Amino acid sequence: MSYGIDTHGGHGTDLAQVEGDPFADPGLPHHTPRRTDIDARAANRAERQVAGLFGLSTILTIGFIVAFVSIDKEDTMYVVGLGTINSLNFALGVTLGGSLLCIGFGAIHWARKLMNAEEIVDYRHPMKSSPEDTADALELAKQGVADSALPRRKLIWTSLIGAMALFPLAPVIALRDLGPLPHKKLRGTLWDKPEHREIVHANDERRLKPSDFALGTMISAKPNDLESLEDLAKAAIVLIKINPQEIRSKELADRGYRGILAYSKICPHAGCPLGLYEDETHHMLCPCHQSTFDLADFGRVVFGPSARNLPTLAITVDDEGFLVAKGGFDEPVGPTFFERGDA
Amino acid sequence: MKRLSARRRHPLAGLVVLLLALGAVGGLYSAFAPSGTAEAADDASSLQIQEGKGLYITSCSSCHGLNAEGTSDGPEIAGLGAAAVDFQVGTGRMPLQSREGQAPAKKQLFTEEETVAIAAYVASLAGGAPIPTAEQYAADGDLQEGGEIFRTNCASCHNFIGKGGALTRGKYAPNLTGSDPKHIYEAMLTGPESMPTFSDGVLTPEQKKDVITYIKTIAAEPDPGGYAAGRIGPVTEGLLVWTVVIGALIGAAVWLGAKPS
Repeated sequence: MSYGIDTHGGHGTDLAQVEGDPFADPGLPHHTPRRTDIDARAANRAERQVAGLFGLSTILTIGFIVAFVSIDKEDTMYVVGLGTINSLNFALGVTLGGSLLCIGFGAIHWARKLMNAEEIVDYRHPMKSSPEDTADALELAKQGVADSALPRRKLIWTSLIGAMALFPLAPVIALRDLGPLPHKKLRGTLWDKPEHREIVHANDERRLKPSDFALGTMISAKPNDLESLEDLAKAAIVLIKINPQEIRSKELADRGYRGILAYSKICPHAGCPLGLYEDETHHMLCPCHQSTFDLADFGRVVFGPSARNLPTLAITVDDEGFLVAKGGFDEPVGPTFFERGDA
Repeated sequence: MKRLSARRRHPLAGLVVLLLALGAVGGLYSAFAPSGTAEAADDASSLQIQEGKGLYITSCSSCHGLNAEGTSDGPEIAGLGAAAVDFQVGTGRMPLQSREGQAPAKKQLFTEEETVAIAAYVASLAGGAPIPTAEQYAADGDLQEGGEIFRTNCASCHNFIGKGGALTRGKYAPNLTGSDPKHIYEAMLTGPESMPTFSDGVLTPEQKKDVITYIKTIAAEPDPGGYAAGRIGPVTEGLLVWTVVIGALIGAAVWLGAKPS
């Protein structure tokens, strides 16, 4: 058997000539020289192109350093097609990217045009070790076991197995920190507590009254005196005012106050904050997956992946004329969770 | 008294009485008549309303009715006020070009003066919110507060930096980057088309100013560098990566593998 390099046109090597092989080795295709192989001027031109690319890369790298040192980070410039952009970032990106690209293109151009392109065959060697090497390795392994004193010291062996078997318990017990289970936290909101039923503006926290609303008004709101931002994640609501005649059922109208309705701002599908309210259709869209709820009809799902209607919050006014919640939501707000039981 | 009555038959007595009477009437008139400047202003405003009425009759009434009461082709607009008219006509949305999902902003058909005249006419029918003053929509409010209000109530449709976004059935929330602050103010106040109304009760005039400050500040921010791809995030960026960038990579791979000539 011969190993090693066989130059092109290698018909009839001893490895390929298997007795009775129906697929004879066709050998390598005929080598066709490139233009740069036979035309010295073309080769010189290719050399100049490669050198030009490497030279351009050098210039761009120097440009990167110059830009980094000289351009103020607040400077802006106008570039056609890009608009007004930060000069420093633009210069750094163009020079560094261009520099790396030129090295890459130059190297590829060099390999394609000027490096030797003669096809060669490099045969694969057998993978198996020689019988002597195998015997040596086995001998070494046996010697190692004997040297470790394990065959005589059984106690070490048994205790090691015990230690190794028990060790995975450590990361397993750490999984306990994934909890504790939410228990009832997911079922209620801050509105359930009587001291948190005043409806306040989501931004400036002033109390809202019915006269603040015009027909078609929408505004985000929250309960008074939030205990933590986590509470807002579930208690956030939107208030809308629609023509009472357009509310589909008396039951829904009674949950609102003179056309003002309160809905959870948290999508029952994946918990995104809702806000795309179309005043003409009374449809509320979720920006994440386009679930659409009809707010004139108990937040009924009219489109999208949400499995449940948008929960309403029953509201009224207190003695001072400000809007307040009558109580908490009738159902858990937000996305489905494992223990919810109904979906 | 005697001397006066003695001369009552004097040939000039009639003339004197006449002059006195004329003076009294003139004095009374100038004391009770409305002042001249007020009259001129009244004239100007009624002229403007008259001009607006003419424009309204020719360009708006076929859909909105002769008395802005609405027809089957267009809604009632009496009572919407000058701000709503100034927004719709001032941004070129009205007169409507064709029935689509919603009226697009386009080149205005009326000049600023004509727009104000139509607005004045519609406002004269049944009142409503007036056109805001330059002081009201000046972008010198509280930027941070404006940003919070915008992200709470506006960003879900108009995008976090006001680039706009799609709604249902051909409707969309327009890009606010180049919007006139006055029109932004009017849109919040009147809630055109699908947009809800942000009455002065829920967003005070001061808060509207803050929102305008936020929109205008964000719009003036330069891009950090490179192609912004509409600044709307992963949608266009993903599209560009999957088409242009992967296309370029495939092209490079083909070039690498091609047999050189």
